[in-house]
Amino acid sequence: MNLFANIFGRLTPEAFQHDMVVMGGVIGMTVSGIVIIGLLTYFKRWKWLYREWLTSVDPKKIGVMYIVVALVMLLRGLSDAAMMRAQQALNTHGFLNSDHFQQIFSAHGTIMIFFVAMGLMFGLINLIVPLQIGARDVAFPFMNATSFWLFAAGAMLINTSLAIGEFSAAGWLAYPPLSELSFSPGVGIDYWIWGLQIAGIGSLLSGINFTTTILKMRAAGMTLMKMPLFVWSVLNSMILVIFAFPILTATLGMLSLDRLLGMHFFTSEMGGNPMMYVNLIWAWGHPEVYILILPAFGVFSEVVATFSRKRLFGYTSMVVALAAITFLSFTVWLHHFFTMGAGANVNAFFGVMTMIIAVPTGVKIFNWLATMYRGRIVLATPMLWFLGFIVTFTIGGVAGVLMAVPAIDFQVHNSLFLVAHFHTMIVGGVVFGYFAGLNYWFPKIFGFKLNERLGRYAFWCWFVGFLLAFVPLYILGLMGATRRLDHYDPSLGWQGLFIVAAVGIAVILAGVGFQILQLFFSVKDRKKNLDATGDPWNGRTLEWAVSSPPPFYNFASLPEVRDRDAFWDMKKHKKDFPDVKYESIRLPKNTPLPLIIASLVFAVGFAIVWYIWWLAIIAGLSALICLIYRLNNDETEYSIPAAKIAKLEQEHTA
Amino acid sequence: MKKYKLLLIILLIATVLTLAVIYLKNHEVAVLAPKGHIAAREKSLLIFASLLSLIVVIPVFVMTFLIVYKYRDHKKAKYSPELDNNRLVETIWWGVPIILITILSVVTWRSSHELDPFRPIQAQTKPMTIQVVALDWKWLFIYPEQKIATVNYVQFPEDTPIDFEITADAPMNSFWIPQLGGQMYAMSGMSTHLNLMADETGEYRGSSANISGKGFAGMNFMAKSTSEAEFNKWIKSADKSPSLNMDSYDALAKPSENNPVAYYRLAQNDLYNQVVAKYMPYHGHGAEE
Amino acid sequence: MNEAAKNDSKNLLGFWIYIMTDCVLFASLFATFAVLRNNTFGGPTGAELFSLPFVLVETMLLLTSSFTCGLGLLAARQKEKTQVLGWFAVTFVLGLSFLTMELTEFNHLVNEGHSWTANGFLSSFFTLVGTHGLHITIGLLWMIVMMLQVAKRGLGRHTVRRLTLLSLFWHFLDIVWIFIFTIVYLTGAIQL
Repeated sequence: MNLFANIFGRLTPEAFQHDMVVMGGVIGMTVSGIVIIGLLTYFKRWKWLYREWLTSVDPKKIGVMYIVVALVMLLRGLSDAAMMRAQQALNTHGFLNSDHFQQIFSAHGTIMIFFVAMGLMFGLINLIVPLQIGARDVAFPFMNATSFWLFAAGAMLINTSLAIGEFSAAGWLAYPPLSELSFSPGVGIDYWIWGLQIAGIGSLLSGINFTTTILKMRAAGMTLMKMPLFVWSVLNSMILVIFAFPILTATLGMLSLDRLLGMHFFTSEMGGNPMMYVNLIWAWGHPEVYILILPAFGVFSEVVATFSRKRLFGYTSMVVALAAITFLSFTVWLHHFFTMGAGANVNAFFGVMTMIIAVPTGVKIFNWLATMYRGRIVLATPMLWFLGFIVTFTIGGVAGVLMAVPAIDFQVHNSLFLVAHFHTMIVGGVVFGYFAGLNYWFPKIFGFKLNERLGRYAFWCWFVGFLLAFVPLYILGLMGATRRLDHYDPSLGWQGLFIVAAVGIAVILAGVGFQILQLFFSVKDRKKNLDATGDPWNGRTLEWAVSSPPPFYNFASLPEVRDRDAFWDMKKHKKDFPDVKYESIRLPKNTPLPLIIASLVFAVGFAIVWYIWWLAIIAGLSALICLIYRLNNDETEYSIPAAKIAKLEQEHTA
Repeated sequence: MKKYKLLLIILLIATVLTLAVIYLKNHEVAVLAPKGHIAAREKSLLIFASLLSLIVVIPVFVMTFLIVYKYRDHKKAKYSPELDNNRLVETIWWGVPIILITILSVVTWRSSHELDPFRPIQAQTKPMTIQVVALDWKWLFIYPEQKIATVNYVQFPEDTPIDFEITADAPMNSFWIPQLGGQMYAMSGMSTHLNLMADETGEYRGSSANISGKGFAGMNFMAKSTSEAEFNKWIKSADKSPSLNMDSYDALAKPSENNPVAYYRLAQNDLYNQVVAKYMPYHGHGAEE
Repeated sequence: MNEAAKNDSKNLLGFWIYIMTDCVLFASLFATFAVLRNNTFGGPTGAELFSLPFVLVETMLLLTSSFTCGLGLLAARQKEKTQVLGWFAVTFVLGLSFLTMELTEFNHLVNEGHSWTANGFLSSFFTLVGTHGLHITIGLLWMIVMMLQVAKRGLGRHTVRRLTLLSLFWHFLDIVWIFIFTIVYLTGAIQL
C-alpha cells in the first residue's frame, strides 16, 4: 500500500468512478478522441498534422489552433450551462446533487473565461495582428508556440479532471477559506489551480510577445496614431495582461502553497487573511474583464468602418477612450466586494471610479454610431453581431452602473442580477465581438467566405436566446434569488422564470447548431464562396492587401503605410505604390519543443494535483533541459531566397 | 410575406410582454417591494439611477435604429466616406456622460455614507443587537440581551433599529434579507455590522448569498417582524428550550444541511465573542497583555 | 538599423517587459507580506528572528556579484573570452554563497520551530524571500549554461545578446533584494 502511494500519490481507482452524467461526458470525450485518431490514421494525416500544425511556429496556424481549442471548450462550457439551467428549471434533487452542481458551475465559469474567451481572443490576435501591422511574424515565435501549448495543456488538465478525480466546487474564483484544504480536501481545487496557473503563464508570455510585436515590428510609416484600432485595442489589452497576470500567478501560487505546504496565507486561522486573496484575485480579475473586452471593441471598430464603407469616426477619441479604460480598470477592483464592509469612504471611492469607466465606454458607442452615420451600411453577419452587441452591451452597461453604487450593490450582489449583468457584458460584448471577428476574418484565413444565411440564423438564435436566458435572471435577482443554487423553495414562484431561462439556453444551442452547419456548408460549398481577390469585404486595413489565405511569409515585400486605413489608401492611390523587388526572407524554423515542453508541464501539473512527486520532479527537470537546449540553439531561422518568393508570388497571382 | 413577418414579430413581443406583466403581478419582486427603512431607500436609489441612465440609453437605441434604417446600402441616402471627426458632437458625447456620472457620483458618495450598513439607524425606539453566526450550513442568531438563540429563524419588533453583528465559523458567507436591506459578508475572526429596520410586521425571506460549500443552497431562514408585545411573548416561549453553551455550540457547528428551526436558551453570554476570538490573530508581543 | 540590431532591440524590449511582469509578481508578494507581517499568531516577530549582521553579509555578497557581473558583460562586449569566464565565475561563486547563506538562515529558522506553517507572517516571509532565492537559483543555472557556451563557442552575436539579458536579470534580482533587505529585515528590526 505504501509502495502504491509512493508511485501513484493519492491517485486511487476511486478517482475513475463517476455517476452517469460524468460518465457520459467521459465516454463522449474518449469516443471523439478515438474517432479523431482513427480518421488521422485512415487518411494518413499524422505526418501532415505534425509538420503543418503541431510543430508550427506560424502565428496564423497557432491562431487557428487557439480557436479550435476554444470552440471545443465552448461546447463543454455550454453543456455545463445547459445542465445548470435544466437542474434549476426542474428544481428537483434527483438530477444533480449539490456537489456535482457546484463542480459544474465552477467548471463553466473557469472554462468560459480562461479557455473560451481567452482562446478566441488570442486566436484572433495571432491571426490578425501581424497582418494588420504589416509584419511577417511575431516578435518571439518560439515563445508564441509555447504560449499556445501551455494554454492547451491547461485546458487538457481541466478536462482531465472530468475523467480522473473531480473538479473544484468552489466557484470560478475559489475564494478561501472554502478553497483551503480544511474545507476542500479533494483534488478539485488543485486541478483548478494548476489548470489556470499553466494557462495563465501562457497568457503572460503572450502578453509580453504581442506588446513587443506591436511596439517593434510595425511596417514603415505606421506610427502609433496610424495603427488600426484593433491593434490599439490589442496593445492596451496586452499591457493589462502584463500588469494583471503576474498577480494571478502569485495568488494561485500562494493558495497552492497553503494547500501543499500547510502555509497560512489565506486560511482563517493561524494569522492567515482570506480577504487578502479576494483583493488579489480581483486586482487581476477586474483587468481580466477588460483584457477580454478591449480586443472585442477593436473588432467592432474594424467591422463598423468596413461595413459602413467609411472611415472610423473619432479615431483619437477612440484611442484615448481605450487608454482611459486600461488605466481605470486597475482602480476599481474593490467594487466586486462592497459587501465586505470596507467602510463608506472606500466603497464610495471605488464606486465613483467604476462609474467613470462608463464615460469612455459610452464615447466608443457613440463613435461607432457616428461611423455608420452617412455611410453605406451593409448588414452582413459581422454587422449583425455588432448591432446585437449595441443592444446587449447598453443594457449590461446600465446594470453595471447601477451596481457601481454601493448602496444598490448591497441589494443585488451575489444575486442572479449580477450573473445576468456579467453575462450581458461577456456574452453580449466579448463573445458577440469575437463571433463578429470570426465571420469577418474567416475568408482571410481560409480563403472562402462563411455562408451568410446560416450565419444570420445563428446570430438571431444567439441574440433571442440570449435575451430569453438572461432577462429572466435580472428579474430573479431582484426577487431575491442568489446565484449558484442547486435547489430552491418551490413556493417562491421562481420556477417559471428559470424555465424561460432554460428555453433561452436551448435557443442559444440552436444557434450553435446553425454555426456548426454554417461551417459545414461553407466548407462543402467553398468553391462557390471562394475569395480570389484577398479583399472580400472591400477592406481598409493591411490584412486585406495580401491573398486569402496569406502566404506563409505574409508579405512578399513589406508594405509602406501613409494612412490609418492603409489598404484603402493603397487601393485609391494605386500609382503611388509601385511594384517592389523581392528580397530574401528569414523565418523561424518549425520546432516540436513547445509541444514537448507543454506536455511536460502538463505532467508536472497532473503530478502535483495527485501528489505524485517523482513524476513532478522528472517532468519538471526534463522541461528545464528542453529550455537549456533551446538556449544553446543559434540556428533557429532559415532563409527563403528572393527567387523562390518571386516564383511563389507569380503562381499565386496567376 | 414581409408584412406578415413584421406582424408576427410584433405579436410575439406583445405576448411575451403580456406574460411578463401577468407573472410580475402574481409574484413579489423582493427588492422592489421593500418593507424596511433601508431597503426602501435602496430601491429609490435603484429607480433614480435607472432613470438617469435612460438619458443615454434611449438616444443610443433610437440613433442605432434610425441610422441603420436610413443608411443601409441606400443609394439615395447621403454618403460621406471621409467624414471622420466633428469636434462639436464629440464634445457632446464626452460631456453629457461626464455630467450624468458627476451627478451620480455625488449621489453615490452621499448614499454610501447614509446607507453604510455599519451606521446605526436613528429612530425613536431603543435599538436592539442580534448576533449572527454563519455556520456550515445554517444561520445561528444570538440575542445577547434576551439571552436566547435561534437557528434559521430570526424575530424582532417592528420599527426598531436592529444591529446585526455578523461573523462566521465556517467559510465566508453573505447575510441577506432583501425586503429589509442589502447584504453583508460573514467572515470568521471578524465582526461586520448590518443595520436594518422593518417598517411593518410580516415574514421576510432571508438567505445565504455566498457559496460556502455543499449545503449552502439550503441555508435559508425566515425573518419575522412583529409587534413589541408579540416579540416579548415569543422570547418567553423560548425559555424552555435546551441551553446553548460552548459544548452544545460545538455540536451545533458541525456541518449539517437543511436544518429545521431550533430555539436555545443562551447559557454562555460571550458566546459570540468567543466564536470571533477563535480565529483572532495575536499581534506578536503584547497580545497577552 | 540592420536586421541583427533590430532583432537585438526586440529581444531587449521583450526582456524588459518580462522584468516588469516579474516586478508585479514580487509586488504582489510584498503587498501580502505587508498585510501579514504582524500576523504572528503569538509567535516571535521578525525583529526577534532575524540577525541583521548575517543579512548584511548576504546583501554585500549579492551587491558585489552584481558588480562583477557588470564587469563580465563589459569584457564580453570587448570579446575578452577569458575575462568573461573569470568574472562570471566570480559572480557565480558569490551568488552561490548568497544562496547558501539564505538556505542556512531558512534551515536555522525551521530547526528553531519557526517554519512556514507556524503563522501567516512566516508563510509570507518564506515565500517572498524563497521566490527571490528561486530566481537566484535560475540565474545561477543560466550562468552555468552561458559559461559553457562561451567556453565552447566564444563570444558570438547570440551569446553576447544572451549574456546581456542574463546580466540584466542579475541586476534586477539585486534590486529586488535591496527591497527585501529594507522592507523585510530593516523595517522588521526597527518596528517593535
